[in-house]
Amino acid sequence: MDKMNRRLFLKGGLAGTALGALGLVSKNASASSGFSGYSEGFGVLVDLTRCIGCRTCEAACNKEQQLPEPDKPFDDFSVFDEVHEGGQKRRTSEKAYTIVNKYKVEGHDKPIFRKVQCNHCNEPTCLTSCFVNAYTKTPEGAVTYNSKVCVGCRTCMIACPFYIPAYSYSSVLNPVVKKCIMCYDTRLKFGRPPACAQSCPRETMTFGKRSDLIYQGHQRIRLNPGKYVDHIYGENEVGGTAWMYLSSVPFEDLGFDTTLGNAPIINNVKEFLAIVPMVLTIWPALFAGFHLLATRKNVNNQGHESEKK
Amino acid sequence: MNRSVETMDRYESQSCVPIDSDYREEGKVAWSVQDKLLLGLSPKGYLIQLVRNPVNWAFALIFAIGIPITIGRFIFGLSWVTHSSYDYPWGLFLGFGLFTMVPLSASGFMLGTTVEVFGRDDFKPIERLALLNGLLGYLFAVVFLQVDLGQPWRLIYPMFVSLGPAAVLFLVAWHVATYLSVQVAELVPACSEWMGWPSAKKFIKSIVLGLTIAGIILSTLHQGALGALFTYAPGKVHPLWYSSPFQWFHFFCSSIFAGLSMLIVVSTLCKNFMRWRCDANFLDNLDRQTLGLAKGCSLALITYFVIKIIAIAHDNEWSYLFTGWGMYFVFEIVVGTIVPMIMYTISIRNENASLARVAAAIAVFGIALNRLNTALVVFNWKLYPEIPHWREFVVAITVYSIYIVTYRAVLYRLPILYKWKAQVKVAGN
Ligand code: SF4
Ligand code: SF4
Ligand code: SF4
Repeated sequence: MDKMNRRLFLKGGLAGTALGALGLVSKNASASSGFSGYSEGFGVLVDLTRCIGCRTCEAACNKEQQLPEPDKPFDDFSVFDEVHEGGQKRRTSEKAYTIVNKYKVEGHDKPIFRKVQCNHCNEPTCLTSCFVNAYTKTPEGAVTYNSKVCVGCRTCMIACPFYIPAYSYSSVLNPVVKKCIMCYDTRLKFGRPPACAQSCPRETMTFGKRSDLIYQGHQRIRLNPGKYVDHIYGENEVGGTAWMYLSSVPFEDLGFDTTLGNAPIINNVKEFLAIVPMVLTIWPALFAGFHLLATRKNVNNQGHESEKK
Repeated sequence: MNRSVETMDRYESQSCVPIDSDYREEGKVAWSVQDKLLLGLSPKGYLIQLVRNPVNWAFALIFAIGIPITIGRFIFGLSWVTHSSYDYPWGLFLGFGLFTMVPLSASGFMLGTTVEVFGRDDFKPIERLALLNGLLGYLFAVVFLQVDLGQPWRLIYPMFVSLGPAAVLFLVAWHVATYLSVQVAELVPACSEWMGWPSAKKFIKSIVLGLTIAGIILSTLHQGALGALFTYAPGKVHPLWYSSPFQWFHFFCSSIFAGLSMLIVVSTLCKNFMRWRCDANFLDNLDRQTLGLAKGCSLALITYFVIKIIAIAHDNEWSYLFTGWGMYFVFEIVVGTIVPMIMYTISIRNENASLARVAAAIAVFGIALNRLNTALVVFNWKLYPEIPHWREFVVAITVYSIYIVTYRAVLYRLPILYKWKAQVKVAGN
């Protein structure tokens, strides 16, 4: 009986160690998320006051990324009046990695346009939430995606605070996530600006080192008093993004989410990740102890010496 | 005792005896595997029994419509059965299949802990049902996941091909997989009795404490992890349903009463519709055990209720309570938490097991409501509501029906609700 019990205990301990191995991985995880982006990375500063909504950038993206023919041609401006589910404007999709939307803002006669694409976050939530590590934040600043390992759980779509990743649901055998990769393979890798940025006739997008862009952005705000709101969207939002925006009207009027805060989203998850190693190390001892306490009476009743201390 | 004789009579009136030992009662002839599979009936008798049962007709109807559509999902792709929403990447398959089925299957580790760790042998008669409820629930959660994954054939990628250890889902994947094997092991004794392989049972018995403790760890973590998954989307889930520091604890704590309540519901169904299969040990102890489970539920419900309030206070979200969403939140809390909590408490005080059973059904509904709310209804509360495609409903109902049919088939056969005869003798010695 006693021998049996000791064996039980040992095996319990072993199971605990085996689980510890599982936990270690998660512990590394919480350590690795202290990473704060590559300071030397590239970025793009989008000056929304310059954009005229010509959609050249959309066309350039479509060509560069070899995306399918759009439903409406790029010189069709009725897309700006499209209303999607819940009165929403257009969003990125499997056929379009970037889109431009038109906003009527009170007090402004002219409409204001906003270009949308992946913001290439410094600490991308899509990346941290993906359980097969399909995303990579490259030193150049792009957040790329490896469709070869993607399982299609779509957690990254849940996690992206900007509603960027789309999914090719209609594909039966190889549905994958579709999103802007900042033309990494064809351009950024070689230090060249993404296709959209280069195509813009209005020089809406300035390509450069992210740190330089932040400096430039503040400079522009300072040198043109009254032209811009005093904020670069993306400088600090969710830990900072490689794509940043200047605007003449409050960002929330252009559909930007201004409630996201400056902390990387992964910080919310850390509270949970922190308990993982605790549970893994404390639980086995705790419950084995409970077991001994709870069953000691029975053992004594059966007339055995309790040796388990 | 009387009762078991009576059920026996009823079964005999259907011209057969339920198998509950290795040998036919008359002689020393062993039951064949076919006998065991067909419940001791002739193939023809078995078929007749199937057709006679009106419940099977309902299932036949569901399968006739649902199975082709489920197969269609794999032939025509996800876009054929869902709305292919980019804003709502998760629909019913995960909202119901994963987020609701997993907490409702927490019964396995709860009862494992009670019996094996705390030595509460008085809960033994219901332990196996709890383990089975756990195993099947997880198994079908994985089935639901497979229906939902874009590339289900890559299911093992997070384990072996490309690891993303920073992800909460990584932990869920590993833990659910490990825990599934733990649960299979925990049910080996029932299988080994039925198949007549005593050595397997002996082996599991020697490691049962280790298995159970592993079960506690894995369950604490992955039940919590399902909640923590939503902390990736802080702005998307309505603040009343969201709390960075407490989300995992909300999910973990509610899984306790979810699992126990589900166990009460299932045992009630067995008691009423599968009486012939239950032995006296199960039936006579059921009321007392139901009240015992009710005690656990009421404690977990009170804790859950308190931490829900603390979460609101912590983020100072009181003002949200007076909005439309707030009303809905209050509705969920009242129906899903307060009502069952009060009913459980009264049932314990008055030793009224029937009341506890009603409370359990309400609590199960409440959990389903909470998980569906978090994953679908209040998700993207700033955008627009999404109602899943009708085919998505059909597939979800079909998979759930397969779950029920499997559950029933196992209960009919394995010694879950009854004791295998040989064992009774040994125990008597
Ligand atoms: S914007 Fe979204 S998809 Fe792009 S890097 Fe950030 S989290 Fe990922
Ligand atoms: S859908 Fe693909 S890329 Fe996105 S989290 Fe899942 S496995 Fe990762
Ligand atoms: S090409 Fe330039 S001006 Fe034209 S829509 Fe794109 S960002 Fe605006």
